[in-house]
Amino acid sequence: MSEHKVGMTVNGARLSATTEARTSLGDFLRIAGGWTGVHLGCEHGVCGACTVLVDGRAVRSCLMLAVQADGAAITTVEGLAAADGTLHSIQQALRENHALQCGFCTPGVAMTFAALLAGTDNPCEEELVAAMSGHICRCTGYQGIRKAARALAEGAVGSGGAA
Amino acid sequence: MKPAPFDYVAPRTVAEACAVLAEAGGGAIVLAGGQTLLPLLNLRMSQPFIVVDINRIEGFAGVTRIAGGTRIAPATRQADALADPVLQAHVPALVRALGHVGHHQTRNRGTVGGSVALGEPAAEMPATAVALDATIEIASIRGTRKVATRDFYLGPYMTVLEPDELVTGIIYPDWPDDHRVLFGEVARRPGDFALTGIVGALALENGQVRRAGLAWFAMGPVPVRMVEAEAALVGRTLDEVDLADLAERALVGTAPFDDSHASAEYRRTVGRRLFEKTLRAAIGTKEPA
Repeated sequence: MSEHKVGMTVNGARLSATTEARTSLGDFLRIAGGWTGVHLGCEHGVCGACTVLVDGRAVRSCLMLAVQADGAAITTVEGLAAADGTLHSIQQALRENHALQCGFCTPGVAMTFAALLAGTDNPCEEELVAAMSGHICRCTGYQGIRKAARALAEGAVGSGGAA
Repeated sequence: MKPAPFDYVAPRTVAEACAVLAEAGGGAIVLAGGQTLLPLLNLRMSQPFIVVDINRIEGFAGVTRIAGGTRIAPATRQADALADPVLQAHVPALVRALGHVGHHQTRNRGTVGGSVALGEPAAEMPATAVALDATIEIASIRGTRKVATRDFYLGPYMTVLEPDELVTGIIYPDWPDDHRVLFGEVARRPGDFALTGIVGALALENGQVRRAGLAWFAMGPVPVRMVEAEAALVGRTLDEVDLADLAERALVGTAPFDDSHASAEYRRTVGRRLFEKTLRAAIGTKEPA
């Protein structure tokens, strides 16, 4: 069993720790970094709740080892809102459209939206909804999430802050 | 749901990776994208004592044109391959199939080589490689070899790869520029394992089929090449094709699973219909009313 010194930036802050090779990125972020917005649900890549951005891309943090993320820049849901607490437009869209109930899956949903909105020029609603096939929500029946996707695609998100 | 303890190495060269694999004597496992391996580790269905991460090997990601074909390095991310202009131009069937591999999030990590090397029978990548007559480059401390994908798969998750061997590239031979792509899949939800699926290519010349490469996925323990249907197509014009007869030939050699997702009979019935529909779409004829 090998232990490794792992260093990465998480939401702009440096995180370095020694960890076992078998530790997932998701567990590492929660336990070594305290970033508990990373929600580990199924731990085998099905539910999508643990999705974070690794170098700008939406990735399931249960399906990546912490040691593999050595040197990477990670963004978790905690990295979305402004320092003063103003919600990111994605969070605002989810809130306005009743796209969450218990909120367990929401950090993952928000991070997938974040990757698409940052990486694609004006993703359309279909692209956003297609990417949502990688997330399971047991509360909303998805219609609220779909509405939030539409609002984001149309840029029709109310007060709450800039992207 | 946590993996059993293991050692981890991330070699920088193929030689280094092969040395570790040889030394481990079968106790090592290769980590590419990890989108199938990590679940197996988390569920402890796989308990290697050493994980060899190939993601940091130099030159292990990317697409290059070579004489007569296109080479994909094994750790090329599925998301990158999907957006690759060289693949879009020269291996469109692969790009078409890639859109159905997993989800947006898993394609960001998952690799083309990992999926091809693993041999999940319901996966799109192994069948695409078989249909297009791709060749797999393999290395070990004993040397290198090339294996045709037709001869590569032995059973579910079983291939001719020896425990000390590593896939170092996949070569997709060129098809004529104007070849037609065939793709059809039936799955319960987007990103789910296919219940049945078809992938392939057809090259035409003056209305005549010159070359056909067709394969099933999720229709047996390995990707099933539609040898009889291909033979029936080559040399014919598309007007001469009797689709019902061709679908019957296409099913020769399939041995679909009977499981909780679908019965073998269902897969065969839907597969036959999917074949007709996919071929009709590719040759541009209308559905009969």
